[in-house]
Amino acid sequence: MFSRRYKAVVTVPPLAWVAFFLLLPYLLMFCYSFWSLSPAQTIVHSWELTNYKNLFRKSVYWETLLRSIWIAARVMLFSLLLGYPLAYFLSFYAGKRKDLLYQMVIIPLWVSYLVRAYAWKTILGSDGVLNTFLQYVHLTNRPLDFLLYSPFAVVLTLTHIYTPFTILPIYASLEHIPRNLVEASHDLGASPVQTFWKVIFPLSIPGVVAGATFAFVLSLGDFLAPMLLGGPSGIMISNIVVTLFGAAYDWPLGAAISLGLLVIVVSLLFASERLEKKWSFS
Amino acid sequence: MALQTTPAASAKTTEPATRPTLLSVRNIAKNFRQNAVLRDIALEIAEGEFLTILGESGSGKTTLLRIIAGFESAASGELWMGSERLDVEPPYRRRVNTVFQNYALFPHLTVEQNVAYGLRVARRPDSEIRQRVAEALEKVKMTAHAKKKPSKISGGQQQRVALARALVNRPRLLLLDEPLSALDANLRRQMQVELKSLQREVGIAFLFVTHDQEEAMVMSDRIALLRSGELEQVATPREIYSRPATAYVAQFIGHTNLLSGEVRSGIVRCGALSWHVPLPDGPALFSLRPENIRVSTNTTSNNVRVTARVLQQAFHGATELVRAQCADGLVLVVRTASGGLAQEEVCLEFNPADAIPVRQSPARN
Repeated sequence: MFSRRYKAVVTVPPLAWVAFFLLLPYLLMFCYSFWSLSPAQTIVHSWELTNYKNLFRKSVYWETLLRSIWIAARVMLFSLLLGYPLAYFLSFYAGKRKDLLYQMVIIPLWVSYLVRAYAWKTILGSDGVLNTFLQYVHLTNRPLDFLLYSPFAVVLTLTHIYTPFTILPIYASLEHIPRNLVEASHDLGASPVQTFWKVIFPLSIPGVVAGATFAFVLSLGDFLAPMLLGGPSGIMISNIVVTLFGAAYDWPLGAAISLGLLVIVVSLLFASERLEKKWSFS
Repeated sequence: MALQTTPAASAKTTEPATRPTLLSVRNIAKNFRQNAVLRDIALEIAEGEFLTILGESGSGKTTLLRIIAGFESAASGELWMGSERLDVEPPYRRRVNTVFQNYALFPHLTVEQNVAYGLRVARRPDSEIRQRVAEALEKVKMTAHAKKKPSKISGGQQQRVALARALVNRPRLLLLDEPLSALDANLRRQMQVELKSLQREVGIAFLFVTHDQEEAMVMSDRIALLRSGELEQVATPREIYSRPATAYVAQFIGHTNLLSGEVRSGIVRCGALSWHVPLPDGPALFSLRPENIRVSTNTTSNNVRVTARVLQQAFHGATELVRAQCADGLVLVVRTASGGLAQEEVCLEFNPADAIPVRQSPARN
């Protein structure tokens, strides 16, 4: 149907793009992860597993990785708890205001990530909005120090930033539920609560899985929120990677950690895709 | 047979059958924005009856069904089932079940789980659920597909599952919203017969919505013909065909010739045609079925007789519909035995008793 020339013109550029900007960097990273650093801070091209061994041997790395997973898990959980009811309301009860409310969910995504992170800094800081208010109403007599520079601050900020990412897929999957299924359920004697748990929720699982994956994966690799608001106790794995590639100049170890993270994320994406397929019926 | 042809005869047929009344629809009205979708609908459904609501799309038939099911609320009027007022209850408290147009089977549940749904939410004991689901699937011949998901079975099979899912709850009234419209013609005819015999077997009253007059005629005990939100006539298929109350009914059900004439002292004149009628003076409208017009053979009867020129013949299998034009321009549709008419000029006749006076249907939006 199309000439070979046309096919070449449309397929070669994207393939080249992927090869140069995705596959090649990954390949380089893969190579780096087996190399090592000489005492003189030069890269030694020797093929060893030292970096991967260090990942497990040095507690700072795997502890930070575990903390990152724990933070990402909490962000995922809270995003779902906040996002699902909103998506459900939007889809089933918003009526004429649906489009307006939908836009209001989207708008925060247009605001720079940095601005939103800094906003939380001014709210949570020791002379921030929240602490000032609490002292003003005499609920506390000195600033609460766990608010900022803590895993709490990181979880709060990431939840705020990534909740829209969970709302959108959940909303989309709720919108796809034929309304006559809800009517059929009522018709067969199921109360609204029974209908929710037996029909609506099961059919929205693909959206929940997609939303959960977004929140978890995006949080797991985040480094700005922990850098700005995490303090020493809220450090995440990406901060270590940044340090290793930057100030520490230990690219081999940084590459090994990055690849480890990549393996986790890719397997999660595979798992979530299978789960979504299992719960899709159309 | 001398047939009485007063308009009052059609009013008698709107009374319910002799069986006790199951559901009584009292003066239901419904508006969408400014438009009246249903106006003052009054209808009685008898126990075990197969009642069809027939109407064109936009006539309000689905809205009426949805009001009875509880998915929509009426602007005014009441629904009573025995001594229980139905229209104030939410749909899940009404002893009414629905078979939806697109079946609305739950895609994440198997055939068996779909059928069990109503019993599960009613928290019936497991053993009872298993038994009743098995019986229901047996009844619609779907036992072999019990473990399949709805997407893995055909449209006709989904239709049966939807029926089983509704009937397993032993509702007092089953609502069916154009359940056969998605099936192809052959399967559709087969399902019409099956559905009718199933209804007889279970003895549950069926309220069936369709736009297909032939389907309504084949299946129903009574037909309620709805036009632009108002009931035109409620009667048995035979009555509605042979004694249409209005011009609209006569034209909607089967073919007919509408003859518009003027009555003067007991004689109606309609172009070249004239015959005796027991009607007051003034304009009158008559419905004359094509099969009641014959090619004239003798000249002794009291039949109305007219000469006409054959315009067109349409083959319909056992019969043919012939369009013939009288000298004054009036075109009559005549049903003849297959084989058609050889000559171009024919003499047609009909018994004046077969010309049924009908009310002019007022123009509505």
